[in-house]
Amino acid sequence: MKTMIKALGVSLAAATMAFAVPASAEEYPSRPIGVAVSYGAGGATDFQARIVTMVAGNEDMLGQPIYILNKPGAGGRVGWNWFAEEAEADGYTMSAYNVPHFIAQSIKGGVKYSVDSFEPIANWGADPAVVVVGKDSPYNTIQEMVDFAKENPGKVTLSGAGLFVGHHIAALQIQKETGAKFVYIPTKGGGAAAMKAVIAGDVVGGINNLSDAFRAAEAGNVKILAVADLERNDFLPDVPTLKESGYDVDNASVNFRGLMVPKGTPQDVIDALAAKVPGMFEHARVVKRMKAGGSPLHVMNREEVQAMWAKRQETLAELLKDL
Amino acid sequence: MEFLSYFGGVFEPLAFALLVGGTIGGLILGATPGLSPTMAVALLIPFTFHLSATQGLILLGAAYTSTVAGGAVSAILLKIPGAPANIATALDGHAMAKKGEGARALHLSFLSSGIGGVIGVLLLIFLTPLLAQWALAFGPSHLFWLAILGVTVIGSLDSKSFVKGLLAGCIGLWLSMIGYDDIQGAQRFIFHDALAGGIHIIAALIGIFAIPQVLDMFAKGRSKAKIEAVDVPQHAFSASAKEMGRSGRPLTIGTIIGSIVGLIPGIGGQIAGLVAYDQAKKFSPHKDKFGTGHPEGLIAAESANNAMVGPSLVPLLTLSIPGSPTAAVLLGGLLIHGIFPGSDIFERNPEVIWTFINSMLIGQIFMVIFGIVIAKQAAKIAQAPLPIMASAVLVLALFGSYSVQQSMGDVWIMLSLGLGMYFLEKFGFSAAPVVLGLILGPIAESNFVQGSLIAGAQFDGPWAQAQYFTTGTLNIVLIALVILSIGYSFLSHRASGRAAVNVEGVQA
Repeated sequence: MKTMIKALGVSLAAATMAFAVPASAEEYPSRPIGVAVSYGAGGATDFQARIVTMVAGNEDMLGQPIYILNKPGAGGRVGWNWFAEEAEADGYTMSAYNVPHFIAQSIKGGVKYSVDSFEPIANWGADPAVVVVGKDSPYNTIQEMVDFAKENPGKVTLSGAGLFVGHHIAALQIQKETGAKFVYIPTKGGGAAAMKAVIAGDVVGGINNLSDAFRAAEAGNVKILAVADLERNDFLPDVPTLKESGYDVDNASVNFRGLMVPKGTPQDVIDALAAKVPGMFEHARVVKRMKAGGSPLHVMNREEVQAMWAKRQETLAELLKDL
Repeated sequence: MEFLSYFGGVFEPLAFALLVGGTIGGLILGATPGLSPTMAVALLIPFTFHLSATQGLILLGAAYTSTVAGGAVSAILLKIPGAPANIATALDGHAMAKKGEGARALHLSFLSSGIGGVIGVLLLIFLTPLLAQWALAFGPSHLFWLAILGVTVIGSLDSKSFVKGLLAGCIGLWLSMIGYDDIQGAQRFIFHDALAGGIHIIAALIGIFAIPQVLDMFAKGRSKAKIEAVDVPQHAFSASAKEMGRSGRPLTIGTIIGSIVGLIPGIGGQIAGLVAYDQAKKFSPHKDKFGTGHPEGLIAAESANNAMVGPSLVPLLTLSIPGSPTAAVLLGGLLIHGIFPGSDIFERNPEVIWTFINSMLIGQIFMVIFGIVIAKQAAKIAQAPLPIMASAVLVLALFGSYSVQQSMGDVWIMLSLGLGMYFLEKFGFSAAPVVLGLILGPIAESNFVQGSLIAGAQFDGPWAQAQYFTTGTLNIVLIALVILSIGYSFLSHRASGRAAVNVEGVQA
């Protein structure tokens, strides 16, 4: 039986290869399209990528199903290195991007990609970072925590999902704006491990995803002090933004997720995808699933994403230059 | 006893079909090298889009339990552990299969999985609020000491020589450092792109266990005398059941250790089997038989890795903190149906959660039944002539390591590690300590670095780190356990030192 499963896998792989005929724009897409996800199966990016691509096979959408290829490792670097270097620029391999992650990584160096290596197609989600503290924490506002940190430099520990991810960027921005010194503790095991550290009281506070923090706050495990975004979030109408709290921190740490193709993909293929994909993200079934999972949907078209990437590149280069 | 009133939901036609299908499918997926429980559950999530929340969770729960148990099949028959949970199973299980006792090994393995699993789920049902606090008690300093406790096991695990066991463990620890360091962002030993993400544990497992074996089989295949197939006598299930009845000690040790380790977020089920195996060995009057096809080790390992499943869901359901990689995927499965974990989940979604937990209880029983059914047929694999067997294992190893993340890099890593391990085995080193080092290295390291950062903020002065890591009851208890474990290994190896030297002399 084992061999049967393997054989099935091989024949499926062979089948996709066999259809690799050069396609003209009229018939694109003529075979299933792969989306490389640079994080493991079951993570937030993977999970959302599977939801937003589930209606791709519908006749009024791409007309071909999308399958997910997980290429995890090194905080996404493995997958994006592969995508920049080895993926074929024929429109049959897309990748999910995470901004600011890949832009921050490319600024820090040691990777084979930059914003110029990829062409955005459309954005599906935006998960802002929030500042959380445990339910028994003495701090009830962000100002109280910042004031304490100013008087006691290096005494306030903040957990987050890793280096050069949105959480880290938010911590750096808060630190730069307030002049207080925080200790950022990156955790292995993503946002869940960082949230555990906050709930268990291992750290003073943390930066985490809005969606996860929302659930933890609903369950009464944490208090959310501020949102690192330009506007208040529908999930958390009572939580102020950092700007409202008096700190000039923009939305550079918001975790944007969307689809992109490698540079060099034919322009007509890019245009075809850019025209269809935003509609796919807004399909009623996708919206319903995303909402049920507490994953904020935020659809942007290709031009909007291009502008967002350019702005991030500028902000992050400035923020990370003395690091 | 609230859960009893929701048993009906499990026996609704579609739910029941999903339970049976999920269990059979899970056993097959689990037995396929390279498809870990985490991956199997992740692959099934899209299917649950089309099901109700209860049905979807029944499918995922059934797959979770049975993939963990199914991993034992390839561990026993082919010496390819399907997941880290099955490493300890391979140690004695494969030795039993080579002696023609494959059916007995599979019977015992499924029975102990079933018993451990049922007890684990019962803990989840009755003690969830109590256990949830436990799960939070382990901070970075405690996880660090736990990992060190695991390292102390290395010396006594499946090794004839204490020193060689430790050396092999160090090789594993070194291998675990390759790749980008997640906490400080350093690039370590990345000489090739394939190494950037570090060494994937599943690819390493396949290479380290399967490849030396394949090379050995090819080498033996030349001499005619050894090509003859192993005789596989029929093994009555009733005999296995009776044997289980007599194996109270390893079963108890395995179940207790599995339940405790499963509860601690971050350690997960990866080391439950190995720690249980080691403890069963230390408490056994037949220590010297471990590693030669002794059922006690197998029973401890398999009861531990399934007992872990229930408790690993405690922090997930009550605190929304997944205790293992598979639980993290299950969290996704819960969220997609709008079920938000939290301490009041049993009040908010009683039908969904209780039906899910009940289905895991019944799933354990199905798993044992189907496992026993396939055991008889599967055990005949040992009769295959060596050259055919070697080719089949090699093919499975190649596909298995590729399928982990669709990367040829993993295949090369798998082959190089396997080749390296082949030569190390020739010099008397064994595979299990290398793998344990590879698993524990990142846990020890990341918790040490995080703990040090936190210590710097919490305490003043040059001794801040020492203060953080050595104060508090739980730290002291764990340190005491580490010292006990080292002392025990040292003394018992000194006592048996002479015997070990003799054994090696004979082998050389």
